[in-house]
Amino acid sequence: MKSITQRKGIEEIEAMLGSARRVAIAGCGTCPFMAGTGGPKEVVELARTLEERSVERAWSTVLPVACEPLAPEAQKEFSSLLEGAEAVLVAACSLGVRMVADQVVLPVLPALNTLFIGREAEPGFFVEECAQCGDCVLGEYGGICPIVHCAKGLFNGPCGGSVGGKCEVDPNLPCGWQLIYDRMKALGRAEELARIRPYKDWSKSLSGGARRMRVPVPPPKEPEGK
Amino acid sequence: MKSGSNLEKVLEAGHFAVTAEIGPPKSGSARVIEAHGEEIGHAADAFNVTDHQTGVVRLCSLAACAILRRMGLDAVMQMLCRDANRIRLQGDILGAVALDIKNVLCLSGDHVKFGNHPEAKGVFDIDSVQLVRAVKDMRDERKFICGEEVAGEVPLFIGAVENPYADPFEFRTARLAKKVEAGADFIQTQAVYDVPKFRRWMEEVCEAGLDRKVHILAGIIPVKSVGMARYMKKYVSGVEVPDEMITRLEGAKDVKEEGIRMILEIIEQVMDIPGVHGIHVQAVGWEEIVPEIMERAGLLPRPVI
Repeated sequence: MKSITQRKGIEEIEAMLGSARRVAIAGCGTCPFMAGTGGPKEVVELARTLEERSVERAWSTVLPVACEPLAPEAQKEFSSLLEGAEAVLVAACSLGVRMVADQVVLPVLPALNTLFIGREAEPGFFVEECAQCGDCVLGEYGGICPIVHCAKGLFNGPCGGSVGGKCEVDPNLPCGWQLIYDRMKALGRAEELARIRPYKDWSKSLSGGARRMRVPVPPPKEPEGK
Repeated sequence: MKSGSNLEKVLEAGHFAVTAEIGPPKSGSARVIEAHGEEIGHAADAFNVTDHQTGVVRLCSLAACAILRRMGLDAVMQMLCRDANRIRLQGDILGAVALDIKNVLCLSGDHVKFGNHPEAKGVFDIDSVQLVRAVKDMRDERKFICGEEVAGEVPLFIGAVENPYADPFEFRTARLAKKVEAGADFIQTQAVYDVPKFRRWMEEVCEAGLDRKVHILAGIIPVKSVGMARYMKKYVSGVEVPDEMITRLEGAKDVKEEGIRMILEIIEQVMDIPGVHGIHVQAVGWEEIVPEIMERAGLLPRPVI
């Protein structure tokens, strides 16, 4: 899984920082590193930009995996890094922001916008693949999600705006239904698309507050030799 | 009779039907709707009122159709999946019944990107095929989508749209078949300019036997100027305006008259295509031209049933 992120504009970041003059910046060594939004280079650059423009002092670090709890040692190190900071800017996806916010009593602000869950279709080119609707339909559509790939999320076929394989919304955007149709045809399954797809159950999606799930966790191992 | 609407009666009696579109104002003026009704009310069998077409906020179709009904005109209420979820849509269907509206047209809706609130969130809780099915189930099964009973009749003539010019071309007939299976009684198509391509599509439609299950009304958009023709070719998705039409308009002394002649030729040709049961005239911002076109096409007076 990759959380695809994009840096917010500097003016927006400054507006969030408000009167904070001393700012710690935390990047993330996984997805934002790959997307070029929160790796070592980007956080140093962001600190320098802020110092040049508006804040008194900005310094940075990159958490190995911002969305996972820090080991006790790393936690200590991170806390000392935050000493004297009036705000923490997190150059990670929203999960990283939330994780840091849980660990410190300081304003924790997002430096990035979390755009989508995507895959790297080709080097440096990320494509959204999942709307996390909670009820996967990929099996019915040849592995191409109509919720994500159709600009209207249509379940029963292309709208009237599909022209030459492109979506009317953007001439560079492939029509999701053209992709689905071509794929299903190649699989010899195009006829299945003639079936009327029943109403979608959105109750499993973004309408019931934060979704939660518990899985069994193995108990910690006994120390060896006992 | 499913609804007893004038449109249904005209089609069931085997007449070549005419529907005309009325564009509502960016105001709460009932008078604007009434004026259109007075001007063109005699020139078509039923009148569609668009619902926030191209994503631009206007007086809503439900209210405008109720105004037309008050005048004794048959109205086609347009409903979009873009702007409402299944609760609102089904409630509006009941509202239409309460206001004696007898035809509905179920659409996905243009993407909000093209409108005057491009930052709005498109709803698309259900899609147009599912909306057709929902209206049919309310009418024929007396059931809401959730399965609960509708406590009364829902006498509606159900319409849907199809664009024979969009892609994938080979899937367009299958998609129409889905709408018919879902419960569409009539279909209004995207504007026809490229008649041969439309004829090819209609052949497929007839081969699939769909012309016997649904009434197809060919979309007709009169062209007022060269600029409009160019604009439609370039910006209106899925509308194919042949170059020779644009050249013909460019060379005309009286562009409006040439545009009308062109439209009359198209009407004459589509009337001859097997399976076409009527036309749907969308004179966007030029409603007053509808009676003249119908008169010259030999389609007046409209049948009284």
